[in-house]
Formats: sequence, C-alpha cells, structure tokens
Amino acid sequence: MTPKIYCLGVESTAHTFGVGIASSDLEILVDVKSVYKPPLGQGIHPKDAAQHHCKEAPSVLYQALKKFGYKPDLIDAIAFSLGPGLGPALRTGATVARAIATWLAKPLIPVHHAIGHIELASLLTGSKDPLVLLVSGGHTTITAFVEGRWRVFGETEDITLGNLLDVFAREASLPSPGGSSVESFAKKGVEFIDLPYVVKGNDVSFSGILTAVKEKFEGDYRLEDICFSLQEVAFSMLTEAFERALAYTEKKEVLLVGGVAANKRLQQMIQEVSEEHDAAFFVVPKKYSGDCGAQIAWTGVLAHQSGVYIDVEKSFINSKWRLDEVNSPWRVG
Amino acid sequence: MTLLRKGAEANIYLENWHGLKVILKKRLPKKYRIQELDSMIRKLRTIREVQLIHDAKLIGVSTPLLYSVDLEKKTIIMKHIEGLRVKEALNAPDFLEKEKLCFNVGNLIGKLHNAGIMHGDLTTSNMILSKDKIFLLDLGLGEHSTDLEDRGVDLLLIKRALQSEHCIFFKKGFNALIAGYQEVVGDKAAKEVTKRLKEIESRGRYMLRRDM
Repeated sequence: MTPKIYCLGVESTAHTFGVGIASSDLEILVDVKSVYKPPLGQGIHPKDAAQHHCKEAPSVLYQALKKFGYKPDLIDAIAFSLGPGLGPALRTGATVARAIATWLAKPLIPVHHAIGHIELASLLTGSKDPLVLLVSGGHTTITAFVEGRWRVFGETEDITLGNLLDVFAREASLPSPGGSSVESFAKKGVEFIDLPYVVKGNDVSFSGILTAVKEKFEGDYRLEDICFSLQEVAFSMLTEAFERALAYTEKKEVLLVGGVAANKRLQQMIQEVSEEHDAAFFVVPKKYSGDCGAQIAWTGVLAHQSGVYIDVEKSFINSKWRLDEVNSPWRVG
Repeated sequence: MTLLRKGAEANIYLENWHGLKVILKKRLPKKYRIQELDSMIRKLRTIREVQLIHDAKLIGVSTPLLYSVDLEKKTIIMKHIEGLRVKEALNAPDFLEKEKLCFNVGNLIGKLHNAGIMHGDLTTSNMILSKDKIFLLDLGLGEHSTDLEDRGVDLLLIKRALQSEHCIFFKKGFNALIAGYQEVVGDKAAKEVTKRLKEIESRGRYMLRRDM
C-alpha cells in the first residue's frame, strides 16, 4: 500500500490568496483564503492584488497550518499556481511556495490554475471524463481530456464571461461580486433587449455585448432588463458553442466549473443541452467554485503521485500558460 | 413529408411542393434560449443561408435553386439535387475519380475564398456530386470575410472531414484538394492559408478523436 500523501497548495492567480491542504485519501483538510476587493467602481490592479497577497500571506498560511494541527512536517509536497494569471499576484504565491518548499525540503509542484478548477470539481462531483465548461474571471473555455492533455474545443476570442459580467457591474455601480449582482437584477427583467450574438464555430466573442450594454445603460432602459438580456445572450452563445463541442466530442459527462458556474440560469441552460445529448450533468459546489488553495493542493496530490515537479531555481511563473500545453499524466484518455 | 436528415441546426425533409420534388429545410427552436432570442437567431441564419446561396451562384459555385423562404417558420424550400453526396462518392469502391473530385472540391473552396465567402461548416456531407457538377449546401454558418484565420479554419474543417470519414484516402485526397485550391487562389495565397492551417492545428484544437 502506498503511504498517505499530504500536499499544501498555494493559489494567487488573481484576487484570491489561498492556502489549502489535501491528501491522497481524497480529503480536503484545509482551505483558507483572503480575497482582495478593489475599491467600488474599480477593477483589480495587479500591483494592488500582489500587495494584498503579501500582506495577507503570513496570516492565511498561519491559519492553514493551525487547522492542520501545526504539523508542517507531515506535508509531502508544495504545489502552487504557476499560471495563468496576473504576473505580480502569481509571483507572490510562487515566492511563498518556494519558501515553504525550501524550508521543509519538500518537492515543489507547478499547477495550471484551470486544471486546479477541473480536478477539484472532478473530485467533489465524481465526474470522470467530462466535457468541461470553465467560466470565471480569467477563463471561458470548453475543454475535454484527449490524448494526455486538456484540449480546447472552444473558447472566448476576447474577454471572458466573468470579465464581461464584472466590468458591466462596475459600470453600473453594482456591488461586488459583479456576477451575482447581475444575476439578481436579471431575475426581475421582463423586456428583452437585442444585443450582439457572436458565435464563430465553437468560439464566442463577448466584447460586442460589453460595448452594447454600456450604451444601453446610458440610454433609457431598465437595469433589470439590461442584466436579463446580457445573461440571456451571453449564456445562449456559450451554450450553443458548448452544444456543438458536445455533439463533436460525444462525451457522456458535462462538468460546469469556475466562479460563474454558480449562476443558476447558466446551470439551467447547460443542463438542458446535456440532457438532450444524454450526458450526465455535474456542477462544482458553490463553496469551491471560486479560486482557492484546495484546488491547487488536490491537483498537487495527483501530480505528486505522477512525479510532476519543478526545481525551485526554474520555477518561473507563466502568466500566459495555455491549458493545452500542460500534460496531466495521472489522467487516462 | 419525409425526414431525410436531422442536423444540429435544422431538419431536412423531402417534400412534394406544387408537384415538384423539393427539399424543405427547417431550423428548429433551441429549448435553452428564450423564445424571442431563439426566433431572432433562427431568422438571421435563414436569411444568411439564402443570401450566401445566392452569392455563391454569382461566382460560379453551384448551389440549389431557391423556391421559397419563410422567415416566420424559418424554412427554406429549394430544389432537390439528385446525386451522390461527396462523402458517398469518396467511399464508393466503384467510383474511380476520387482524386479528381477532391481537386474539384479544392477548386470550389478556392472560388469561395477568392470572393470572400467562408462556408463555416465544410464537410464532405455538405456537397452533392450531380453529374459533373458539385453543389454546395448548408451555408447558414457562413459569412463574408477575407481574414486569413477564417480561411484557415474553413480549410481545416474540410481536412478534418476527410481525415475522419476517408482515412485511407486522406493523404492523396487532401493533397489533390490543396492542388485544386491553389489553382484558383494562386501559389502565394495557398501557401499563406496552409501555413495558417498548420498553426491552428498546432494549437491543439479541432483535433480528431482517436476512434474516428
């Protein structure tokens, strides 16, 4: 029998600094985080996020180790988000991870942030071989595991879905998080407003919608109707692209992950096309839909079992790391 | 009315229309979209398909004769083209001019691209060989574009179709297709597009399932 493995994971791609600890017994033991909130009406400035992470790192790490019973010696490996994300924010997490790995003399593991989302969601939902829709502030990607890697079957050509919702929410001075503000206003929408619907093959483009909703907001429209139409158009585009990818890949499972996965209307649409194609529908539990250390820690456990490591001297962050460049030797497919 | 084919976008029926044997193409509603948006999209795509069928004719690419368009019902009635689908011809053991057919398909795609028309859904199922002519179908996802990336994707779609449906013949077939394409668009443009095609492929998307 292989001994039990513990992995500590550090997440810092964007607004969240998180530390998690997972084990090879499929457990998430610790998940502590601190989320940077920019001033109302402003986006995340990478430098400010990094400063937040620097300030919060010691206490997040301390709380994580406290929850683990102050037993850092039990930890077998340190994983961290190598990318993609905001450079300065990534560097903060990487520095923390390198320091712990060096201090404990344990191997360092590079994790692709998106794979962290997918692997933790797979663990929690029991999904084995899904077509994944990853929707967050940093990603809008349709992906499935084929021949050793997560292959991209469709994605946004410009801004992400999370970005679209956040930027509009900010313009409209809606409270953070923008996505759930837009969702609650959308529920009270009645009048559909026409917005640019752009699907190119399996790809989508959201920048046209953003320009249009900003204009509508300045014009004579109810905010509820704008939010409603924004959701309907953006989600329908994505669902259409997703349905095509589902028909093409013929996957029998669907997994919805990322911060925007919490949106009930998007869940409903993706569930409907899943059922139409006889695919089982899974969605990440809300608690773990956003960025967190547990995603990195659990993926670190898998990587450790496959011997995927990186030397501290070579552990440069990669803010533009593409999903389809990364091997996942622990997965079959 | 007989259902011939169930597509992702539309159903295809064979029908008798004023004594003529015709094809009726009906774009079906999508349950996940609200009715208003759904109806608008299906209407737009119906219009786009009809326009591109017309535009293709103007540059000498054969498309079915249009009889009637109903934007309320999202239906197009067009001539029923007798013949073999290119897919069937390429799979038929007694059909001997496979390379020539691929050359001609390449020729046809070249004509479209020269005129800035992207088909958007090129497969060997969307072309019918009728006597010596190739008729092009299913232009509803097409668009006007001169973008190199769009041309690359268009060629990649047909390459993928050849690869998955006609594996054994793929290499010869695709080379013949590119030769036909090159004859129409010229050496320089053909080189640019095939180079972009490789780039798009290397991004790892649009890849084939192993079992196909």
